[in-house]
Amino acid sequence: MREWVEPSGPWRMVWKQLRRDWVAVGAAVVILAIVGLAVCAPLVAQVTRHGVDTQYRTTGLTADGLPRPPSREFWLGTDDLGRDVLVRIAYGARTSLLVGVAATGMAVAIGLVAGLVAGYFGGAVDTVVARLVDLVLSLPFLLFAIALVSVTGPGLAIVIVVIGAFSWASVARIVRGLVLSIREREYVEAARALGASSWRILRVAVLPNVAGPVLVYTTLLIPTVIVAEATLSFLGLGAPPPTPTWGAMLNEAVHYYQVAWWYVVFPGAALLVTTLAFNLLGDGIRDAVAGADR
Amino acid sequence: MMLSFVVRRVGLGVVVLAAATTAVFAIFYVAPPDVARALAGRQATPETVALVEKRLGLDRPIWQQYLSFVWHALHGDLGYDYYHQVPVGTIVLEALPATLSLVVGASILWLLIGVVSGVVSAARHRTVTDRLLTGLALVFYSMPTFLLGLLLLFFLSYRLSVAGIPIFPAGSYVPLTEDPANWLRHLLLPWLTLALVLAAPYTRLTRAAMLDVMGQDYIRTARSKGLRKRHVVYRHALRNALNPVTTQLGIDVGQLIGGVVVTETVFSIDGLGKTAIDAIVQQDLPVIAGIVLFASTAVIAANILVDVAYAFLDPRVRLH
Repeated sequence: MREWVEPSGPWRMVWKQLRRDWVAVGAAVVILAIVGLAVCAPLVAQVTRHGVDTQYRTTGLTADGLPRPPSREFWLGTDDLGRDVLVRIAYGARTSLLVGVAATGMAVAIGLVAGLVAGYFGGAVDTVVARLVDLVLSLPFLLFAIALVSVTGPGLAIVIVVIGAFSWASVARIVRGLVLSIREREYVEAARALGASSWRILRVAVLPNVAGPVLVYTTLLIPTVIVAEATLSFLGLGAPPPTPTWGAMLNEAVHYYQVAWWYVVFPGAALLVTTLAFNLLGDGIRDAVAGADR
Repeated sequence: MMLSFVVRRVGLGVVVLAAATTAVFAIFYVAPPDVARALAGRQATPETVALVEKRLGLDRPIWQQYLSFVWHALHGDLGYDYYHQVPVGTIVLEALPATLSLVVGASILWLLIGVVSGVVSAARHRTVTDRLLTGLALVFYSMPTFLLGLLLLFFLSYRLSVAGIPIFPAGSYVPLTEDPANWLRHLLLPWLTLALVLAAPYTRLTRAAMLDVMGQDYIRTARSKGLRKRHVVYRHALRNALNPVTTQLGIDVGQLIGGVVVTETVFSIDGLGKTAIDAIVQQDLPVIAGIVLFASTAVIAANILVDVAYAFLDPRVRLH
């Protein structure tokens, strides 16, 4: 059969659809650029010859001790301590992406396993998982994050864990719903009749059918997580200073927005462009996956 | 039927509340290795720590502490703030009017903007208006609440004031009973901040639901009977399209509280959220615990209300 038909796998069809969606392609390029910025942050520091935490109290601050506007020395201006905003944005990209990927990875891993097990095996396991999901979804995330961080003290690891611990539930709910319908399909029954083990059925028959929606949801979860991290940092509950994060920069900028617009606008733009790009890409992947199913 | 649904839903709410209370207890009384020190603050002397320990009854077994925590909470006793010995209940009550003002106004704007823009977008499917609204919704969907607040502060409050048009003050809260006009003026930007970010997913949701409903047979029948498009859109389609919107509403009440914390911080409104954030800086843990517990209760109660309202609108829900 393979000799005359080149099989077009589902992922190849998704890829074909996605390539034609110029908005999604543009978003992907923007995301790659931001990843590039994060990776090359030391390079940015080298080119500008400004350290990320170095305070340029004489060149970086005005005589009144206020931030300096963008100039040839400081391309995107300085912050209230005379640090280079551009360099801090570049290093801040690392924090945002690290938390975005790590917390999303944690949420998807837990959610996928919980959803697969609950949906496929049903019974008591399902009841427990479903109740747990309901519970997590009905607790106000930010309040519990505040409560936790106020006790443990701020830190990057706790931020990742808190966000991940609150985000897995929606993944689990989606996966469980999908598995519930997939396990009733004929091919699953056929596999079971042929004596395939549960593990094999999950791996061969269920997982590939869940992968598409999970990929879409993962892409859309990353910007949500990045916003959550920025929000915690903005409230002073994120990584402690002087760790450069976009949220923390905006927190400090609150007191200076009247005299230093660049201090608000540039970190804010970095944050918005990143989340927007991920959301656009996620929408594109969703359309492509839906299109490939047709 | 309806009554049994309400009873079941309230029962579930009680279970969730019990779990939330346990979580709060675990965070503040079990998780930290040295509760008394944490409660006493970072610079407390050993004598103070010992005093706090005794006052909190931390020498008792953990289940006794838990029961007394729940018992007091059930009686509205949320403990005392560490610095001034003010009952946390009083602190909550004092902060409540500002938060309620913010929440009620923002919620009205939120649903209004979300549903109206979604309906308009769907009714003018594939036109420039549709593209514009969908694009804007995506931008606000991607926008962190605090960033929007800062941008509004900068452009609408500061820039306009500098230009001699001081319509929007730069924050703080004026009680409604003191000066209604100023109350409104001070809340306009906070309302807008909270509402725009929350409305964005609703534009998308309403639009998708409307388009879905508009493709169904009964709409075509209504149209082919010669009913005007406007009538069909608003009387026939919208009614059914609102179902998924109502479901989402229950989930987003918790989101609203998160937005409230951020908005209050940006606009320095002395509501529950800002009080909690200020309490973190001071390590005033009873205040944080009290506010978290109070707000969780409010969210769970609001969830029940939304679900019951939904069951009232759509009888099929009661069957599950």
